[in-house]
Amino acid sequence: MRRAAVLGTGQTQHQTRRTDVSMAGLCREAIDRALADAGVDWPQIDAVVLGKAPDLFEGVMMPELFLADALGAAGRPLLRVHTAGSVGGATGVVATSLVRAGVHQRVLAVAFEKQSESNAMWALSIQPPFTAPIGAGAGGYFAPHVRAYIRRSNAPEHVGAMVAVKDRRNGALNPYAHLRQPEITLESVRASPMLWDPIRYDETCPSSDGACAIVIGDQAAAEASERPVAWIRATAMRTEPTYFAGKDHVNPRAGAEAAQALWQAAGITDPLAEVDVAEIYVPFSWFEPMWLENLGFTEAGHGWKLTESGETRIGGRLPVNPSGGVLCSNPIGASGMLRFAEAAKQVMGRAGEHQVAGAKTALGHAYGGGSQFFSMWVVGETPGR
Amino acid sequence: MFHFLNSRQGVTLIRLDRTCFTDLVDTASAPPLAAPLDIAFDYTRSLGPVLGRFMTGLRDRRVLGARTADGRVHVPPLEYDPVTHTPVTELVPVSPTGTVTSWTWTDRPLAGQPLDRPFGWALIRLDGADTALLHAVDAGTRESMRTGMRVRVRWAAKRSGDIRDIACFEPDPGPPRAPDDTTSGDPGSAPGTSSASGAGSDPATSGDPVTGIVTPIRLSYTHTTSAEESRYLHALSEGRLLGQRCPACHKVYVPPRVCPADGVPTEEEVPVRDHGTVTTFCVVNVPFPGQRLEPPYVVAQVLLDGADIPIPHLIIGQAGDVRMGMRVAAVWRDRATWTTTPENIAHFRPTGEPDAPYESYQEHL
Ligand SMILES: [Zn+2]
Repeated sequence: MRRAAVLGTGQTQHQTRRTDVSMAGLCREAIDRALADAGVDWPQIDAVVLGKAPDLFEGVMMPELFLADALGAAGRPLLRVHTAGSVGGATGVVATSLVRAGVHQRVLAVAFEKQSESNAMWALSIQPPFTAPIGAGAGGYFAPHVRAYIRRSNAPEHVGAMVAVKDRRNGALNPYAHLRQPEITLESVRASPMLWDPIRYDETCPSSDGACAIVIGDQAAAEASERPVAWIRATAMRTEPTYFAGKDHVNPRAGAEAAQALWQAAGITDPLAEVDVAEIYVPFSWFEPMWLENLGFTEAGHGWKLTESGETRIGGRLPVNPSGGVLCSNPIGASGMLRFAEAAKQVMGRAGEHQVAGAKTALGHAYGGGSQFFSMWVVGETPGR
Repeated sequence: MFHFLNSRQGVTLIRLDRTCFTDLVDTASAPPLAAPLDIAFDYTRSLGPVLGRFMTGLRDRRVLGARTADGRVHVPPLEYDPVTHTPVTELVPVSPTGTVTSWTWTDRPLAGQPLDRPFGWALIRLDGADTALLHAVDAGTRESMRTGMRVRVRWAAKRSGDIRDIACFEPDPGPPRAPDDTTSGDPGSAPGTSSASGAGSDPATSGDPVTGIVTPIRLSYTHTTSAEESRYLHALSEGRLLGQRCPACHKVYVPPRVCPADGVPTEEEVPVRDHGTVTTFCVVNVPFPGQRLEPPYVVAQVLLDGADIPIPHLIIGQAGDVRMGMRVAAVWRDRATWTTTPENIAHFRPTGEPDAPYESYQEHL
């Protein structure tokens, strides 16, 4: 297969309300930074791929129509990708596929969410007729599965709070992060209100306005780049139904199979030994140990031990979410692409204060829907095999 | 046709003989059910520098266009130049008069449209602009509309910085007007829409810049159940819980559905008990818009005896006492109120039996 690389990334200042910009302006803040980071200008962009979570989040049907001018899509192909919360990652994978297939030389991938224009909790709790009124947003959906994980793995109760402390402190190192809480402690997290028992307020992602953009180029474009690039060593996507009898919500088959395919394509046999840093989609703190297992970094039931031992901190064996992750910034449609972009920044050596020293191989991961869609990539300092 | 009023929800159930995909549904055993689903939200839009100035201009009875690098003036304004992709910074005033470049007619205006009487939808190129704006023309009759006709803005009396500050356009046989002519159309032709004339006499022209608008969205659907779900709901109205077994994987689904794992409809009917096991649960402590229950409450996955997939429902009992593995039983509402809804079961209550062993439900969390 042809090679592809991340030439540059850009993201917005993520915060609760970006009332200073329109949706177009929000996207362009990320796009302009990505183009500058990649050292390319508009004439070199061949196609644009846009990702965004469900349209009900802003109440704009097909925002790609009215955003076409702002996204620089006039005269170019424009694609929209929909895979719920994983869409930012899926958008990066689609853009990569366009380059690896030899269709385009340079593709701009962009993803956004302007949560302040609506209320995602409302949008995710619409009650159709003939059902009981029991929906309670994403937290209400995932809390029972977190409880099931704790029961199944016998993880001690404080592991969730440990993840929150680590990610919020990491966020304080990231100038773009929405929540930057260097003073947060295990005690303060455990004292925060229980929203969806067993998920506490401080173990929950914020609601953010934000965007992310990535410029992906082919081998010639990568070799022409004056700055280091992040070679895309492998991508993977898998899907499964939201509900079926016997579905494992704690360790979903689609996620495990995507990871297996990813490691194989990247030539990685021992992920924990060979991956230097991971940006994993963790909207509620307990999903760090859950996804460490699902991704194959540890055996099932042992993910929490890696977290509890401190090995997922910056400086540990596998730093997870040095950017602060989804727990610090959650513009839903962009959250997956931010994981992919942060992984690229690590191997390009451009992660600033949250740089993991010597990072050569990094994972970007996203999931969406009711643990239904999974997308992920491995990027490296070198193209690999 | 069959009509049924659900007094608790005020829902009208309509029997359908056809769906989009089937010629005939087995209505004898399970008429598909349909009910309205109306959702609404007042979305907000932050406008940014370009659209903000445009909306501020409308409030002040001025129309602004965006000048792009090739010299063209776009009304409504673009935020980014479609050729150079650079941000638009130059906004220029254009005239409140213009020319219809194309049009269509609507005899029956819908709720929320600019006029409540028949009107023309037109593309209007304002004098000084190079692009056309879509808006309504209050022309009276279809025969009065024509491509090339001259029109002018009729300003709304109350303006807030919104495209509706232009109430509509109206025929204007006069000469083109200057961009700074902020007079409205003839007030006599628009009862209640305009009373002021002349810039400066209107207090709204001295307000703060407009930075955002509110966009109310209302969506009205008819939600129709599948044949499988309908059988389940009809059984519920008789106080029974109905499952169906997938012919491929032999799992019992409650409610019955096309098996998501195998893609085939469930067939064999399997009665399931209204007793079951809590496999896992969440205590909802957080309030949110549209919530129908007062927090805190416990939402649990209940694996009914005989089923292979849990249903979510409420557990009543001390929130702190709900456990994974707890045995529970349905508490049905008064039989006289039963309809085709899972709400016939008010909640589940603990039975006091010993907890089910983890191994008995670990595949069904
Ligand atoms: Zn099946």
